[in-house]
Amino acid sequence: MAMLNFERRYRVRGGTLVGGDLFDFWVGPFYVGFFGVTTFICTAVGVAMIVYGAAIGPTWNLWQINIAPPDLKYGLAFAPLKEGGLWQIITICAIGAFVSWALRQAEISRKLGMSYHVPIAFSFAVFAYIALVVIRPVLLGAWGYGFPYGIISHLDWVSNTGYQYLHFHYNPAHMIAVTFFFTNALALSMHGSLILSAANPPKGEPVRETEYEDSFFRDAIGYSIGTLGIHRLGMFLAVSAAFWSAVCIILSGPFWTHGWPEWWNWWLNMPIWR
Amino acid sequence: MKYAAAFLGVVIASLLTIAMLFTAGWVRPPILGQQAGFRGLGMEQLTTPAARRKLELANVPPDAIPMPPAEGPKATEVYKNVQVLKDLTVVEFNTLMAAITTWVAPQQGCAYCHNTDNLADDSVYAKKVSRRMIEMTRHVNTDWKAHVQNTGVVCWTCHRGNPVPQNVWYDNVGWPQAAGFATTNYGMGHPSAANGSTAMTQDPYGALADKNAVIRVQATKALPLNSNGASILSTEQSYSLMIAMSQGLGVNCTFCHNTREFGQWPESTPQRLTAWHGIQLARDLNGAYLTPLKDVLPANRLGPHGDAPKLDCATCHQGANKPLLGVSMAKDYPALGGTPAK
Repeated sequence: MAMLNFERRYRVRGGTLVGGDLFDFWVGPFYVGFFGVTTFICTAVGVAMIVYGAAIGPTWNLWQINIAPPDLKYGLAFAPLKEGGLWQIITICAIGAFVSWALRQAEISRKLGMSYHVPIAFSFAVFAYIALVVIRPVLLGAWGYGFPYGIISHLDWVSNTGYQYLHFHYNPAHMIAVTFFFTNALALSMHGSLILSAANPPKGEPVRETEYEDSFFRDAIGYSIGTLGIHRLGMFLAVSAAFWSAVCIILSGPFWTHGWPEWWNWWLNMPIWR
Repeated sequence: MKYAAAFLGVVIASLLTIAMLFTAGWVRPPILGQQAGFRGLGMEQLTTPAARRKLELANVPPDAIPMPPAEGPKATEVYKNVQVLKDLTVVEFNTLMAAITTWVAPQQGCAYCHNTDNLADDSVYAKKVSRRMIEMTRHVNTDWKAHVQNTGVVCWTCHRGNPVPQNVWYDNVGWPQAAGFATTNYGMGHPSAANGSTAMTQDPYGALADKNAVIRVQATKALPLNSNGASILSTEQSYSLMIAMSQGLGVNCTFCHNTREFGQWPESTPQRLTAWHGIQLARDLNGAYLTPLKDVLPANRLGPHGDAPKLDCATCHQGANKPLLGVSMAKDYPALGGTPAK
């Protein structure tokens, strides 16, 4: 893997959270660190368990391989390996790998003297995953409420879990999350297209600078959020999308068991206009 | 001014949030879950202990009045104008009448149906309706075992002590309509109790009275659809009907369907077959028994368009996936076509 000639000087020692100097080195382009090692171990074990699960399962079809959580009857206990126990081990490995990855990001941030925006943003995605496979199942009282690991099977779970509430699009937190996802895509596409347009002037002309970008949006909509601001906005939108996704599924079940359309009766029945 | 507006905004938002938190009907763990299908498929019924207790309390059946041995003269030999219960003895007949009174008109008593000066008289409309309803109950218990099995139904199943069952429906009762840009001329866009507070069709029950109504709307092949595919309108009608069924039975969609493919029978639960027979049953009863009652019922019992009250799933089920949570009252009343317990 190619490394630019000026990259090496950013490779500074120190800044580790755990392990001191022990794992403070690089393998090719990759920083290792204690959390790189734990990421690797968790990933290797987890993937091996998935392959084992596929091997004892009925199919090697990539779309149909399904590592399902235990039956509800096992509650929050360990289940037999072939009846959901694998899912439990894989879940532990996945959380170990994801959290290790976030902490590895934090170590790299420290080495470079940066703030922690990257691990914080990533941790929202990890939180959404943990909400699905730990927080909600624990609140509902059984690991069986987690989603199965499989390309098609997890989609079936999403469909059925949505229809447990008759019409999931009426879930208010789902509405907020979807709105953030769409807004995030809009902001990213506007930002990306703006940068590309400024960086690709007609042949023979200089690349346009920040003032041009600001002017474009001031002319178009009367306001430019600015070069730093667009990235603050982007992080806010993306992190909010993940956060409200987690909220919308934690609410569904532990705090709401009826159809989501019915939730809106509080609004319809407000004494002002009922 | 700026601060006043901000303050007002904060106050309104806080009030709305408080209203949402305390009036929406949130629940909290512990949650009772019931799994259908393979683990991880997400086909589950969720409820709370409090909701479960409430359902159990609402479904305590009344004590059975012990049916005396079938001895003595037939009712037809003693009473005049016995048209339906011809096979009963006098004591059986009287016991059944007493039971029906406690089930249907406990406050009003015999006089709700009978001219007390002449019990054989047919002048009270309610008597003619009751006679038809007894025929209907026998029909359900003997000809619709595909849906009611040996559990069967009695008058109480629907009436629960009310002369008119609480869950009946009429054609187009005039739900509030959406206004402004949301105005439509096909009964959509405004939540109603019948459609589960969605913005879909407000009168979802039509297909339970019309034998020819098409409920199956899901496409059976991938894109492109041909022009004969179901319209959005009929699709939402079916969705609305299914929500009404779900609410009537106190279950969610996954009680019957694996939602990845609603129409697939092999992937559905056995309950879907029972429910399918239930739809046919509702169509049969609405068509043959209830709709014709419009000629017998007085105007105040008819809907705004002059139609008789009709039944849907909630009429019997009343929020329980098995009416009365599966308790068979009919087994004590063979006179109503019930199958006695072995």
